Amino acid sequence: MTQVTMTVNGKPVSGDVEGRTLLAEFLREGLRLTGTHVGCDTSQCGACVVHVNGTAIKSCTALAADLDGAEVVTIEGMANPDGSLSTIQQAFQDHHGLQCGFCTPGMVMSAAALLKENPKPSEHEIREYLEGNICRCTGYHNIVKAIMAASGQDVSAIAAE
Amino acid sequence: MYNFEFAKPSSIAEAVEALGHDEAQALGGGQTLLPTMKQRLAAPATLVSLNGISEMIGVCVNDAGEVCIGGATPHATVAREAQAQYPALAALANRIGDPAVRSRGTIGGSLANNDPSACYPAAALGSGATIKTNTRDIAADDYFQGMFETALEEGEIITEVRFPVPEKANYQKFVQPASRFALVGVFVAKFADGVRVAVTGASSNGVFRWAEAEAALSADFSKAAVEGLSAPAGDMISDLHGSGDYRAHLVKVMTGRAVAAAG
Repeated sequence: MTQVTMTVNGKPVSGDVEGRTLLAEFLREGLRLTGTHVGCDTSQCGACVVHVNGTAIKSCTALAADLDGAEVVTIEGMANPDGSLSTIQQAFQDHHGLQCGFCTPGMVMSAAALLKENPKPSEHEIREYLEGNICRCTGYHNIVKAIMAASGQDVSAIAAE
Repeated sequence: MYNFEFAKPSSIAEAVEALGHDEAQALGGGQTLLPTMKQRLAAPATLVSLNGISEMIGVCVNDAGEVCIGGATPHATVAREAQAQYPALAALANRIGDPAVRSRGTIGGSLANNDPSACYPAAALGSGATIKTNTRDIAADDYFQGMFETALEEGEIITEVRFPVPEKANYQKFVQPASRFALVGVFVAKFADGVRVAVTGASSNGVFRWAEAEAALSADFSKAAVEGLSAPAGDMISDLHGSGDYRAHLVKVMTGRAVAAAG
């Protein structure tokens, strides 16, 4: 066992992990932060996306031990300090950007990473960025719309399709 | 996956030492190795992460004008930091996998694995890059030795990859959308002394140079020069995503597109 220390959602955490412990397992089973979902466990679906040192990664395909000292943000760290939904989360609610909700944590984390890099993405750029996030309800249209809205752009043009 | 000892050295020398243990395996970004270990297709006794070696991370330009990329540099960093010096390489890096995979996967990991459908082997071979390891420099022409086979010895680490910058270059990737690998990818690079064309995804021997296209394009760098060629022969991959003939045809189409896009 190895001891790892990280900052998760602004709080220092530590725990003993095996070499093979994935970041997703450390978050879900070690820290009980079960908002991060494991969909495929093969780095295809993106439900497990979290931010590590400011960039989006798939937490099912990174070892906890390899991320000793990292700053991690999960979906539990996305709400505003007063507990209200963040702009992106609120936009997902307003635009019906989720159906079953399983992919939503990863979608929100990817959306946040995109808007940090590119504050006003086009519809095409959003769809391209979400290449690694799969929604099996196929609710992509409203997810894209929610992200457009969260970036402060007009969504009426894509509303009717 | 089976459990293993984990080591994270902070220097190349320490990593080489750690890799000297029995059944030790280097870990780059893990975007291929970890899924492989989950399927129990690999079960190293020790995994040596190369992600803590700061001298192996980053992009710079050397005195010869080559773009030098540390072996543990993630694709996203290459996409961002090589853009000014070598836009075709940055564009290739920016279309590997998906954004989250690009945050983690590394150039050294990709080249060491030498997946027959990976993008980076096409850039390295197409540019005539030099693969620098902890012991020697290997020319790309000598490095790739077949599907998942390279010139690397046991325990040898890719510390840096040096890319000469061509006058013009472009990479065209026909994406296999489920895997996000190249069904066929072609990297075309025009240097003062000739053109190099490297093809990934097509051959069951891994990345290869298409000699006929290189000769034709060195004489006349135009899409028309490619159109006169017959599709490359050889041992093409045939699977449920496409027959060997289809892939061979795609090689020609993608080469033409790359030449047109290179301008």
